[in-house]
Amino acid sequence: MIDLYRETAIFLQQLVNGITIGATYGLIAIGYTMVYGIIGMINFAHGEIYMIGAFVAVMTYVVMGMLGVQSVPLALLAMLGVGMVVTAAYGWTVERIAYRPLRRSFRLAPLISAIGMSIALQNYVQITQGARVKPLPPVLPGGIHFLEETGFGVKITWLQIFIWTVTVALMIVFTWVVARTALGRQQRACEQDQLMAALVGVNVDRIISLTFVMGAVLAAVAGLIVTLQYGVVDFHIGFLAGVKAFTAAVLGGIGSLPGAMLGGLLIGLIETFWAAYFSGAYKDVATFGILVLVLLFRPTGLLGRPETEKV
Amino acid sequence: MQITDQTPSTPPLLEVEHVSMRFGGLVAINDLSFTATARRITAIIGPNGAGKTTLFNCLTGFYRPGVGRMTLHHPVRGPVRLERLEGFRVAREAGVARTFQNIRLFPRMSVLENLIVAQHHVLMRASVCTIAGLLGLSRYRRAEAHAVGKARHWLERVGLVAHADREAGTLPYGDQRRLEIARALCTDPLLLCLDEPAAGLDPRESQDLNRLLRSLRAEGVTILLIEHDMSVVMEISDKVVVLDHGQKIAVGPPAAIRTNPAVIRAYLGEEEDEPLPPEITGAIGEEGKAHG
Repeated sequence: MIDLYRETAIFLQQLVNGITIGATYGLIAIGYTMVYGIIGMINFAHGEIYMIGAFVAVMTYVVMGMLGVQSVPLALLAMLGVGMVVTAAYGWTVERIAYRPLRRSFRLAPLISAIGMSIALQNYVQITQGARVKPLPPVLPGGIHFLEETGFGVKITWLQIFIWTVTVALMIVFTWVVARTALGRQQRACEQDQLMAALVGVNVDRIISLTFVMGAVLAAVAGLIVTLQYGVVDFHIGFLAGVKAFTAAVLGGIGSLPGAMLGGLLIGLIETFWAAYFSGAYKDVATFGILVLVLLFRPTGLLGRPETEKV
Repeated sequence: MQITDQTPSTPPLLEVEHVSMRFGGLVAINDLSFTATARRITAIIGPNGAGKTTLFNCLTGFYRPGVGRMTLHHPVRGPVRLERLEGFRVAREAGVARTFQNIRLFPRMSVLENLIVAQHHVLMRASVCTIAGLLGLSRYRRAEAHAVGKARHWLERVGLVAHADREAGTLPYGDQRRLEIARALCTDPLLLCLDEPAAGLDPRESQDLNRLLRSLRAEGVTILLIEHDMSVVMEISDKVVVLDHGQKIAVGPPAAIRTNPAVIRAYLGEEEDEPLPPEITGAIGEEGKAHG
């Protein structure tokens, strides 16, 4: 019986950790899924946008320190705000210079351009910020402890609660924007029929730009979250996070917003639980193995729409 | 009624001058000139492959014709050169809207949303790119209510009000056609280009369509109509432009067109003994034979 309590505590702790890391994957995955939905292209530079978001968070923190800001909420708010704005500018620029000129080109051109953009951004950050890992001291220490009598206390940090709150709030806002606002309606119109959208007067190029901006804003938040959670960033973090978030988008059903979030959560949970119960070394193998299995039985992903004929 | 383009009371809304459109070696439209009079229905007819849809594609910014001018005389903005406008500006700035031969709705949006998207730039202006929408400002609320009101108006006109919340892609064929027309009308068009609106409609639906188009004309909408159904063309158009192999072969009021030997030749081919397609036998048959 004692063992059962302990096992429950361990399980709950993994759940807490898994949801937290899953939230970041989900936030990044939305950027992939939205861009894919609207122009049918995988934005391979999206992981780098997330990495830049993490760097901007660290830089904002340092600047806040230099300005002598002591208040933690103010620092967090500044990191969030500045991170979103600067990263959005990067997202917009990448689309403008690397993808838009290739809009009418053959299908693979923007894909190659995206890979090039990814490498360029990585190198740009490496050169300007250095190759070494950048540390960030814990901004939001402490948390809630419970089930300590089991010998394995479950801890939910304030940081994790902050992460969940921000993620849920952003999800609600973005779902509402897409479902209810004029902007969201135009995004869906472009997704379903770009030429027709232009014919009823939708400025398709601008909607695509805004979609990249929205994806970048969410990636910035993911970058901030990961920096706060792990306390380090380097120029290379975008690659693996990008691949996993892309996997999350495919797992959830690419093109589907709730699918991206669900896929992110699942991948976060799978890798956390696998690392806890089986082997930390093979957690990525487990993640991608499950992806393969899901796609074998549901090629459109968990919440994806079956591919309709598009002419 | 005598239809003459140059009378000051009915100035041309659309002036197409010497337009040519080539795809590689294929000449889809060859030196085409015509005018569409304001507040009138101008029908574009011709055998398959005559360049009718290509003309619509040029007018609405899908294609850029290599040669020629397409001028829309906008009552407020003055002359607007359609061939110089970016695609999405054709609807916004020139007031040209169109429908498609193979219907193009936003199939996974509700019927109502299809009509609201068409009014989005009014909404966007009111919402200053959604920020005001986020805050729920009253100006945005008013603009949205107005957009929904206009959508309801056109849904009533085409008889789809009961289906407002249905997913557009699940509507029956005839309803989808009418929804597409309603969506075009939600952009407040000066010039409405309809590509075979009667295709696939049963006779009763076709009659409803004729009635709708006549009332639109009475309300001041200029209509450009591609149609194969000669009964529709003969019944409602004020002027007919006949294309064949990308060239204009005849123009005039319907009564003159149905007896025009060049038109009959284009439809029937050079051989006299070739059988007549039934829709033509019905409408232009007797007089056609008498003249041909």
